[in-house]
Amino acid sequence: MLATVFFALQQQIPEGFSPVTGVPVTEQIPAAPLVIASYAFFLLLMVFYLWTKWRRIGKVETEMRALERRQAEKR
Amino acid sequence: MRPGFVEVALLVLKKDLAIEFKSREIVYTTLFFAVACVMIFSFAFVMEEGVPVQGAAAGILWIAVAFSGTLALGRTFERERYGETLRALLLAPASRPAIYAGKLLGMILLMAATEVILTPMVAFFFHAPFFARPLLLAALLGLGTIGFASVGTLFAAMLVRTRTRDVLLPILLYPVTIPVIIAGVRGTAALLQSPPEEPVATLWIGLLTAFDVVFVTLALWTFEPLMTE
Amino acid sequence: MKKLFVPLVVVVAAMFVAAPIAIAEADYESTMLLVQKIFYFHFATWMAMTVAIAVCGIASVIYLFKGSKISDWCAVASAELVVVFGVFGLFSGSLWGRKAWGVWWQWDARVTMATMLVLIFLGYLMVRKYGGPGSEKLAAAMGIFGAATSPFVYKSVDWWRTIHPQTTVMRTLGEKWPGAWLLVLFCSAAFVLLTVLLLTARVRLEAMRSRLDEMYLALED
Repeated sequence: MLATVFFALQQQIPEGFSPVTGVPVTEQIPAAPLVIASYAFFLLLMVFYLWTKWRRIGKVETEMRALERRQAEKR
Repeated sequence: MRPGFVEVALLVLKKDLAIEFKSREIVYTTLFFAVACVMIFSFAFVMEEGVPVQGAAAGILWIAVAFSGTLALGRTFERERYGETLRALLLAPASRPAIYAGKLLGMILLMAATEVILTPMVAFFFHAPFFARPLLLAALLGLGTIGFASVGTLFAAMLVRTRTRDVLLPILLYPVTIPVIIAGVRGTAALLQSPPEEPVATLWIGLLTAFDVVFVTLALWTFEPLMTE
Repeated sequence: MKKLFVPLVVVVAAMFVAAPIAIAEADYESTMLLVQKIFYFHFATWMAMTVAIAVCGIASVIYLFKGSKISDWCAVASAELVVVFGVFGLFSGSLWGRKAWGVWWQWDARVTMATMLVLIFLGYLMVRKYGGPGSEKLAAAMGIFGAATSPFVYKSVDWWRTIHPQTTVMRTLGEKWPGAWLLVLFCSAAFVLLTVLLLTARVRLEAMRSRLDEMYLALED
């Protein structure tokens, strides 16, 4: 049953989305890990990006403070 | 009096052709590299009975063109860099876009010379009826070459002073020219069908023309600020 | 400008908390059912990437012809975001395609072109990193060409029919399924605001680095 749905979907070119209420139980299970993985990946990506930028900012700030100290010492 | 655009472009082209004619180094090495490419693909794509894979010919032709074109770009501008001639050219009171146009013409001629040898060769080795619609094929190859060469000449010129130019040129050039290659391959593949799918090929030719117009215009526009320090 | 930053953070954070809840509550799509829910963020990330590409293209042009430092900072910041949002778009699309098409990857027109755009802007970042001095200008050329090819990406699905959903999906969604339409708009707005936020923060980082370089130079005198 699932296999025939797969085949049909492979040939189908979606012209539009249409809603349906209620959930056929058989369809739900295989898709859930995909959906969760998708949103989880987004979270991971954001965290990674922000973390790298945060570290960069930290490094730049430390260097700046060191430079300011050296400038003060020169005077 | 300042020379006009076409004059400068043709002068640059003549210079390149004259230099190349003496040693013919770039033409021969590019050609041989392209042939070697095709040979490697032949070994990769030929099946057990010695029959080549269906439909591989179009892709192989265009890949060989792209790879050998990149090599030729690198060699041409390496020669410029070695003789410091590019800087001399830019110091001359000539319009920068015209210099670009001259180099582009030279590049197109070089790639065209390679394709003239390559296409019959690929047709021969892969039993591919390339010459069923020669005019359409020529249009595809010509427009594709212009698109590829226009971006390639710009990028190779701007990378001339970069230390990592050899590795950066393919990294920058290939993604930008993906649409050109796709259009070329799909159009050529359409021509290889029996009977040749002319409307499909014409569609791809139209797309290639659009790309060429966009790319050449952008290149002419950005050449000057990119080459000045 | 600076005063808007913190309120914007709050707004965007609230939107990103609300979005998954709304997505979970939304109706199922008739043929694709649960897996179609990937669509809300998948579409939104392409919106964010398009905005980033536009910013990078415009900033690159300004930098190439005017040389203003801020435009260079905007260009590099937006190029990074193009890669981030693009990678997520390709990943989420792949997961959706696994269920809807049966394969993890398809070389259809839009997938190919989207991959190409990510590669172009990765090339942008590579040039900046490994191009040596003056690489900002070279990268600007990549940014301009990348931005120039992106209209073709959108149109590519109209020109040749492939298994990727057509642009008619989005154009008719408003009448066919207003709930999903509103949700997609909401998610897209959240992503675009997030882009603005991240751009602002990243440009500030570049400004700091530039000041640091100036301080180094001043010290040497």
